[in-house]
Amino acid sequence: METAVIVFPGSNCDRDMAVALETVTGKQPHLVWHGDSELPSGLDVIAIPGGFSYGDYLRSGAMASRSNIIKPVMDAAQRGVRILGICNGFQILTEMGLLPGALMRNSNIHFVCKDAELDVINTDTIFTSGYSKDTPIVTPVAHHDGNFFADNDTLDRLENDGRVVFRYREDINGSSRNIAGIINEAGNVLGMMPHPERAIDEKHGGTDGLPLFESLLR
Amino acid sequence: MKVKIFVTLKDGVLDPQGKAIHHALESLDFSGVNDVRAGKLIELDVDPSVSREDIDKMCDKLLANTVIENYEIELPETAQGTVS
Repeated sequence: METAVIVFPGSNCDRDMAVALETVTGKQPHLVWHGDSELPSGLDVIAIPGGFSYGDYLRSGAMASRSNIIKPVMDAAQRGVRILGICNGFQILTEMGLLPGALMRNSNIHFVCKDAELDVINTDTIFTSGYSKDTPIVTPVAHHDGNFFADNDTLDRLENDGRVVFRYREDINGSSRNIAGIINEAGNVLGMMPHPERAIDEKHGGTDGLPLFESLLR
Repeated sequence: MKVKIFVTLKDGVLDPQGKAIHHALESLDFSGVNDVRAGKLIELDVDPSVSREDIDKMCDKLLANTVIENYEIELPETAQGTVS
């Protein structure tokens, strides 16, 4: 498995992501700087990590989604390479147009930083085959702009097509229909606000994030 | 040429910042404010060769996220006739 983590100025979960990937693959991921115009060849998985790329200037993920590296990431997505966007990575994927909707300021204005309970709504994806629909999982959330918004037609379409993958068990940020993570139509691009890479070791306080990486990297 | 671009949230999109500002105004005892919507003003200083169409493209491609935002472009009065 060849993996890469894209690093932007202001990324702060890139190392956690790299550790999570290496824990499962046994192989160091490529760390790819946003200013590069090419990806390493033969990648199976590209991770877009959390953080505050470009200081969240203009909108969260807006500047990052116009970086040099984005064009090759788009091409890779079209070729079916698996793309995982966590937190700021999810915001970047929506700004790129790879996923629908937008992540807005949390409805209560506050930065939310805690463990959140999630239901895994769709376990029939390459990211979530290691989970069970009946067993909620706990992963950390840490974000200011996690309030998922899309128009009702888009939300209906996402739900009907099984593209809502994770849902908060309670309203933590005002997200439409408590959506925490969605997948693209082709099933190879996942964006989510919670942080599975921060829950892969007992020392983290939980390992509910590990099955995601094991599913993805299997 | 100075161009002003007003970026506002679309109708129906919840505006938590506007709500917080509204709440703060009320806590300062200003009454009669029915609603507050917060947006952005972006000022561009552009060459006269830049067309209205170019500015539209800038808005669509970067300055506004048209999933949630509308934008309005205000050209300087003297340029209104010449910029198409």
